[in-house]
Amino acid sequence: MSGDENKPKPPGTGAGGASGPTGASNPGSAGTAFGPQEIARRDVSGSTAGRAREGMFGIQGSGDTSGFGGLRLPGYAPAPAERPYGGWFDEVVDETTAALADDGAADFDTCVHQVTVDRGEMTWYVNREQLVRLARTLRDDPALRFEFCSGVSGVDYGEGVPQQLHVVTHLLSMTYRRRLRLEIALELDDARCPSLVEVYPTADWHERETWDMFGVVFEGHPSLTRILMPDDWNGHPQLKSYPLGGIPVEYHDAEIPPPDQRRAYT
Amino acid sequence: MTETRDPYAASSRETTEGTVYTVTGGDWDEMVDQTAGDERIVINMGPQHPSTHGVLRLVLELSGETVTDARLVIGYLHTGIEKNCEYRTWTQGVTFVTRADYLAPLFNETAYCLSVERLLGVEVPDRAATIRVLLMEINRIGSHLVALATGGMELGALTGMTNGFREREEVLHLLEFLTGLRMNHAFIRPGGVVQDLPEGYEERIRAFVKVMRDRLPGFHKLLTGNKIWRQRLEGVGYLPLDGCLALGVTGPILRSAGLAWDLRQVEPYLGYEHYDFEVPTDTAADSFARYLLRVEEMSQSLRIIEQALERLEPGPVMVEDAKIAWPARLSIGADGMGNSLEHVRRIMGQSMESLIHHFKLVTEGFKVPPGQACVPIESPRGELSAHLVSDGGTRPLRVHMRDPSFVNLQAAPAMAEGGMVSDVIAALASLDPVMGGCDR
Repeated sequence: MSGDENKPKPPGTGAGGASGPTGASNPGSAGTAFGPQEIARRDVSGSTAGRAREGMFGIQGSGDTSGFGGLRLPGYAPAPAERPYGGWFDEVVDETTAALADDGAADFDTCVHQVTVDRGEMTWYVNREQLVRLARTLRDDPALRFEFCSGVSGVDYGEGVPQQLHVVTHLLSMTYRRRLRLEIALELDDARCPSLVEVYPTADWHERETWDMFGVVFEGHPSLTRILMPDDWNGHPQLKSYPLGGIPVEYHDAEIPPPDQRRAYT
Repeated sequence: MTETRDPYAASSRETTEGTVYTVTGGDWDEMVDQTAGDERIVINMGPQHPSTHGVLRLVLELSGETVTDARLVIGYLHTGIEKNCEYRTWTQGVTFVTRADYLAPLFNETAYCLSVERLLGVEVPDRAATIRVLLMEINRIGSHLVALATGGMELGALTGMTNGFREREEVLHLLEFLTGLRMNHAFIRPGGVVQDLPEGYEERIRAFVKVMRDRLPGFHKLLTGNKIWRQRLEGVGYLPLDGCLALGVTGPILRSAGLAWDLRQVEPYLGYEHYDFEVPTDTAADSFARYLLRVEEMSQSLRIIEQALERLEPGPVMVEDAKIAWPARLSIGADGMGNSLEHVRRIMGQSMESLIHHFKLVTEGFKVPPGQACVPIESPRGELSAHLVSDGGTRPLRVHMRDPSFVNLQAAPAMAEGGMVSDVIAALASLDPVMGGCDR
């Protein structure tokens, strides 16, 4: 994975943008109890977040009243937070900027193209080329000490959303009691991401699960094989394009229709 | 003419990988005789094996009786809970996630609901928070009892199993009385809990605490001083602190390595900061230390239960916001639990708006503002959290349960390799994985 053709575009540019947390950053309340916050919805008309679905009662083209509602929602993009972020958020960004400057390679703004603070949680949208170096810095720098990786998983924001596939990593600093979310946005046809196993060995199974469920290829993973689905399974079930049900059941030659096509009791 | 054959006899067949033997228990000697001289044996244990703690498959490479390589195969209990949640309303999601880690259903519900509530920006009423704490601590006792019971069974301490399950039955009876179901309660809902505790709950819980206070010391009498139990567990399944951190291990295993990391104290939620309890730790980092910690944690949970009873003040158990709270008041009728008569009278006879509101909220559900949230809590097995993403609709865009069983199981090879085959079982039992949560 090299060359700048793979360089991810920042979320929130263009119509739709990559979905993620939207956020009115609320500097004053960060680090305290978080009450209701105003959610800033940005105008990204003409796009949707998520796949359009037909309603439970065959309703199309309108707001829908069923649980399977094919509600077409306006797309939204996570708003970048502005300084001051509040609480310890500024300190972490400053320390990371300083630590990254020490070794002379890419600086913070190159590594992280957007910082979002929403509902008291901080998310960094990371350029995938810099992920491993950034994670190593976060883990080893004495002022950061994110020594614990809580998990890696994926999110599929649905068809029609630019960079619909996200890889989300949750880090925890036990020393400073801080939590940080790293997010990488990927195109579906270029779903490749560097592996974090060399920095956090615990990422092993998490990345296998993300490969299994979303088809994200983690480059550098020691043995990227399926973990929850059978080895010979076709497709990646957590993708939005993959149906729920409707898959022929092995051994029984039976098929369960998807929920919206099952028998209706009317 | 029917052919009689012993279904339990050892059989073997030739493959390109070498000879494959099927051994069922009593016929080990036969296999050992046939394989004498081979230095390396690969054993496939499970997924249906009484001592692998659920449908877990172990592939062990042995040199003599020493495990040189251990590999775990999971996924046999994958039920697509996360995928299913995307097709249901936020409230219905509770009934899915509660089935993930089936020994700690109330923890799954709480982790999920706390994340939904952070997305919604609501805070549950005090009484609901205290009821959640109360139920979770009762559930924690039940979960630890199963850990001891199944762990005992796997090591041959069958009285440990019968006693553990007998005590756990008390927990399930109590939870049935309080929530209506023994397991998979779906009692904790976004915004609070589904209904208030039934009349007479306090006496029942106090009686339960008394019974458990009487019986928990029994484990010390039965197992702690037991020579065989100690020999099987002491120094087995060793995993020091740096190994725990690198492998993402949390819960009693992390605390057995000396770090007092309990989210109830370091990142309090639901008012845990107001409770007076201790986080037991050990430095032995072995299976025996984990056993001791679980027994001690049950005593601490009893303390929390008593304090929670003191803290319970009358009040609402669900947020007041009518856009989120379930519209119907439930009551017991002639045909069981259902919408209360006053509510039915109101929506059917008096208020068209109430009927529309009821219908919309029940069929479509409430909308959750877009964004993502993740609130970690301390489950009996470690850090449990639900990473939820909303696109602003009535159903989740993504639900991911960060289940401690899944993460902790990764540490099994580090604990088992270099030890004996029999120690693999002890190490695995000390991890206490629940495959329902692991595979989801």
